[in-house]
Amino acid sequence: MATKTYAGVNVEVTEEGYLTDPTQWSKDIAAEIAKEEGIDLTDKHFEVFDYLRTQHEKGVQLTIRMVGKSGITDIKGLYTLFPGGPLKKSSRISGIPKPTSCV
Amino acid sequence: MKKLVVLGAGTGGTIMVNKLRKVLDRSEWDITIVDQHKTHYYQPGFLFIPFGIYNRQDVVKPKADLIPAGVKLIYNAIDKVDPENNKVLLEGGQVLPYDYLIIATGTRTVPEETPGLKDKLWYKDIFDFYTIEGAVALAEKFRGWEGGDLVMAIAELPFKCPVAPLEFVFLADHYFHQLGIRDKVNIKFVTPLPGAFTKPRSSKMLGELMNEKNIEVIPEYYIESVDNDKKELVSYDEKKIPFDILTIVPTNMGSEMVERSGMGDDLGFIPTDKFTLRSEKHENIFVLGDAANIPTSKAGSVVHFSADVLYENLLSAIEGRELMAKFDGHSNCYIETGFGKGSIIDFNYDTEPLPGTYPLPGIGPFGLLQNTKMNHYGKVLFRWIYWHILLKGKEMPIENEMTMAGKKL
Repeated sequence: MATKTYAGVNVEVTEEGYLTDPTQWSKDIAAEIAKEEGIDLTDKHFEVFDYLRTQHEKGVQLTIRMVGKSGITDIKGLYTLFPGGPLKKSSRISGIPKPTSCV
Repeated sequence: MKKLVVLGAGTGGTIMVNKLRKVLDRSEWDITIVDQHKTHYYQPGFLFIPFGIYNRQDVVKPKADLIPAGVKLIYNAIDKVDPENNKVLLEGGQVLPYDYLIIATGTRTVPEETPGLKDKLWYKDIFDFYTIEGAVALAEKFRGWEGGDLVMAIAELPFKCPVAPLEFVFLADHYFHQLGIRDKVNIKFVTPLPGAFTKPRSSKMLGELMNEKNIEVIPEYYIESVDNDKKELVSYDEKKIPFDILTIVPTNMGSEMVERSGMGDDLGFIPTDKFTLRSEKHENIFVLGDAANIPTSKAGSVVHFSADVLYENLLSAIEGRELMAKFDGHSNCYIETGFGKGSIIDFNYDTEPLPGTYPLPGIGPFGLLQNTKMNHYGKVLFRWIYWHILLKGKEMPIENEMTMAGKKL
């Protein structure tokens, strides 16, 4: 655990930089985390965050496939929005925990 | 007469009817089990077929031999469940009303979900080993093969028996060593996971084994399509991996029957209470094994351990009592590592695979997260145990709940 300051707010983050309390999240915080990931945010990114945060609140275990079928973007589009690690990066920027891959 | 209907006569359905026929009074309860296929496959054995260790005869028995007297076995495809009216509709029009329903229809591989997978190279240079047909075709391919790029890839999560692809590459390493052509075979392990496996300790141990055996792990790779002309995998972020032989775990989905019934999630798995194993929507429906969406491995050991919980809870439900038995997500996997050795992992919803001894703390004989000959013998013996003890629902000298005794933190 560590404390970080994003957009003037002190937040707790995990070793890998994921917010420990999703309710502390704001759009300004998102923009700063995104900067660390080298991503400039667009409206499309925020649509993805909305979806992720809503699903997370419902207790749904998110997968790339699920987001690809959300109607916001397809999987290819998700990779374009969040190059490298779409679900990990989008989860981190939207303030929800690191996705767990369950096999 | 009250009616219990079980859908699917695989590992889960077979265990359940064997257990339940002994306790549900025959003058009060009809038990019916439905499956479209007449052959029961010992699925853990499929892995050995490509390497000529087992053949088709080693992994089959007629389902009828495994279902106890007093249970009605119907060979018929299932159209759908009508949960609002407590009925199962079979293809051809037969209707089975039920008081309680157990759905154990498992998971299936759906290569059609990945463009280019089931195309002109299917069963020529691209194989799965999760079906008897794929495993046998791959055995034939290997026999005449002189080497090249052998790529083992996983299309989507979750998938059945998550250690099987690891075992496959370990056995392939051994097999091509024996043939004297290992230096001509380039083995790659391609996975959407962040490493060789999921959880930190087992991923590390298995990753090191991969390294020792000169198998390249390509993690976080999400397959978009297969290019049949260039013979390469293409990922969503356009990384390409060439292959001469591609062994694939296709996307796993629940039964089409579940989809038709409108009871599944986006992959056709049924939302199920992960502790009680009851359907989240319907009080008189329980879901066993791979068909459920519970967050643990899709594996025979999970079916076996959770069968005890489902059994308790179904009897409680029938008697109008609260469901007290809670499944802990216990999973236990033998991992063949080649050269006559094996490893074992034992874990549940909350505890990752840890090193130690199993099943007797401090004694074993099996070593958790260790690579030993004894573990391999365990896997070899298990086939007999499966047919004669496990499917019959008999007591085994291991607990269904995971224990921390014998594990080292």
